[in-house]
Amino acid sequence: MDLYHTLIVLLESTIRVSVPLILAALAGLFTERAGVFDIGLEGKMLGAAFAAGAVAGVTQSAFLGLGAGVLVSIALSLVHGYASITQRGNQIVSGVAINFVVAGATVILGEAWFRQGGRTPALSETGRFQVINLPFADAVREVPILGPIYSNILSGQFALTYLAFAMVPFSWWVLYRTRFGLRLRAVGENPAAVDTAGISVIWLRYRAVICCGILCGLAGAYLSLAMTAGFVKGMTAGKGYIALAALIFAKWRPVPVMFACLLFGFLDAFAIRMQGTPLPVIGQVPVQLMQALPYILTVILLAGFIGKATPPKAGGIPYVKER
Amino acid sequence: MSNPYAKLPGWAEYGLIPLINLIVAFLVAGLVVLLVGENPLNAAYHMINGAFGRGEYIGFTLYYATTFIFTGLSVAVAFHAGLFNIGSEGQAYIGGIGVALACLWLDRIAPWYVVFPLAILGSAFFGALWAFLPGWLQARRGSHIVITTIMFNFIASSVMIYLLTRVLKPMGSMAPQTRTFAEGGQLPKLDWLLSIFGMNIGTAPFNISFLLALLAAFGVWVLIWRTRFGYEMRTMGHSPGAARYAGISEARITIIVMMLSGALAGMMALNPIMGEQFRMQLDFVQGAGFVGIAVALMGRSHPAGIIPAAILFGMLYQGGAEIAFEMPAISRDMIVIIQGLVILFAGALENMFRPAISRLLARRRSSSLAPQPQNSGA
Repeated sequence: MDLYHTLIVLLESTIRVSVPLILAALAGLFTERAGVFDIGLEGKMLGAAFAAGAVAGVTQSAFLGLGAGVLVSIALSLVHGYASITQRGNQIVSGVAINFVVAGATVILGEAWFRQGGRTPALSETGRFQVINLPFADAVREVPILGPIYSNILSGQFALTYLAFAMVPFSWWVLYRTRFGLRLRAVGENPAAVDTAGISVIWLRYRAVICCGILCGLAGAYLSLAMTAGFVKGMTAGKGYIALAALIFAKWRPVPVMFACLLFGFLDAFAIRMQGTPLPVIGQVPVQLMQALPYILTVILLAGFIGKATPPKAGGIPYVKER
Repeated sequence: MSNPYAKLPGWAEYGLIPLINLIVAFLVAGLVVLLVGENPLNAAYHMINGAFGRGEYIGFTLYYATTFIFTGLSVAVAFHAGLFNIGSEGQAYIGGIGVALACLWLDRIAPWYVVFPLAILGSAFFGALWAFLPGWLQARRGSHIVITTIMFNFIASSVMIYLLTRVLKPMGSMAPQTRTFAEGGQLPKLDWLLSIFGMNIGTAPFNISFLLALLAAFGVWVLIWRTRFGYEMRTMGHSPGAARYAGISEARITIIVMMLSGALAGMMALNPIMGEQFRMQLDFVQGAGFVGIAVALMGRSHPAGIIPAAILFGMLYQGGAEIAFEMPAISRDMIVIIQGLVILFAGALENMFRPAISRLLARRRSSSLAPQPQNSGA
């Protein structure tokens, strides 16, 4: 039973750390399927986390914070869009630039506005999101096996957590069952064909980039308003890159994205929990290996040793209308 | 693929456009300073004074510049072959192993001029090794170099934390770093170079690896513009199709270029480890690999552009520390913003002002040629 309890705790923290990964990876899914590579997920998430923390800190309203986070993230996405769609600049360079600008700006502005060493003001009850307890969560806690699953894993999560998991089938539906989704995927594979059909490549890609901004905004707001109470400098700590890795690991498909994020989240939770405890059979695993595992797995996948990850064909190439 | 932009004269292409992009980046950075409630002109004054006001400050500026020349060259070499190496950061970090091993092995028994060449080889070897895998994966397995190098940065960080906390740390010490090197692991300062100009280096760690950086810059120039290999890699960078048609082995070029790029990044480790700290510390690279991207973009991937760009960033790092001292509202993170803005305007948005400039130049040319009948040649 003790082992089972450990497992439940582990799964609980897996979900907690996976939520921003899922949202950010889905964000990347939308732009990359539309042919705009985005390594600026990290920066957008960080910018959104800061805006959400700052606005919620001042107004003590979690929803205003969430709105601010999403707006900032969309604005950053539009900068990326302007550089890579309108100006046909290098998308990777643009993503790198956004990551740096945000990493610096959140610290400078945070320090200038709040003077708390890069933190935003502490949030009260209303300033942050509260967990939602499903009905009977307490009553069934003692039921063996299923009880803890219901009361610790299904219940007692943030609204954003439920939203993140709901976004997975929703993204699948948008991408594979709507006209917008079909065109979006087409524009990532063969923009010239979409152009020939009389649909604006530029406007489609902009819409994809805005979708990315919204989802990254949610991911950032989750970090500063739900997972912790307030913004701490550099709080994304590479999550944007892990999300990117998960996106590739899932071969740019929505449902596998969720599983990849859960896997990477599990590795993270496991590494924290098992620090210093020897594992059966393998013995003690250095925590650094566990932390590097998502990246190592992604590299192995990219190398084609576990299936083959084929990116969208027109990814990274700015579209030039022939004259 | 048609080139959407008209060709500009050399001075506009390599002088005017980078300059305008740089000015815009600094103007936007100035807006951030205004937003924080400080005077941007004061900030600029403190920055320039802090970077060049005294011999010691210049020493620090050039010390930082040394680092950025290496990483800038590293990124630039890969750019020429059409490869985007974001992994200079990780390659420099791993390159530190080579420096540390050479120093730990010989620092007590050999003078610096024996240890230094070994450390150069070691750093280049380990840096190249860390770049070899992404290069090989791109060439043979078709995985995207940008993604693999990002992943390798994180893996490098984990590897180094492991090594510094468990393997390279002296017994009984808590700090995650190697022991301090004896005399043989310490590079001589270039105080004589500054004293030629009548300046006193003070405590600045400006050291002999600066000369190595200049040598590397010259070497890169020779390689890219004066050798057959350089011609092949530029061909591949311009047009992979043409390179393939000409019988150039893409796989070979990719792997060698990435190893060269990694070796240059790795050599960066000499400067902080043997030149300043005299030990290898956790996270000694401090983002220099990423600064290399900005430096390469600003310097148009040409060594003659990279050296001034590196000095400019050295100025930002040294002068930025001075601003942080004079204006508490502006910490050193301001540099990160400026670095990002330079990457944005000199890199991703490099074409933003191009149409306006070419229109302006065309109008000037046509007005000076106005009396003659023009053949528009459509």
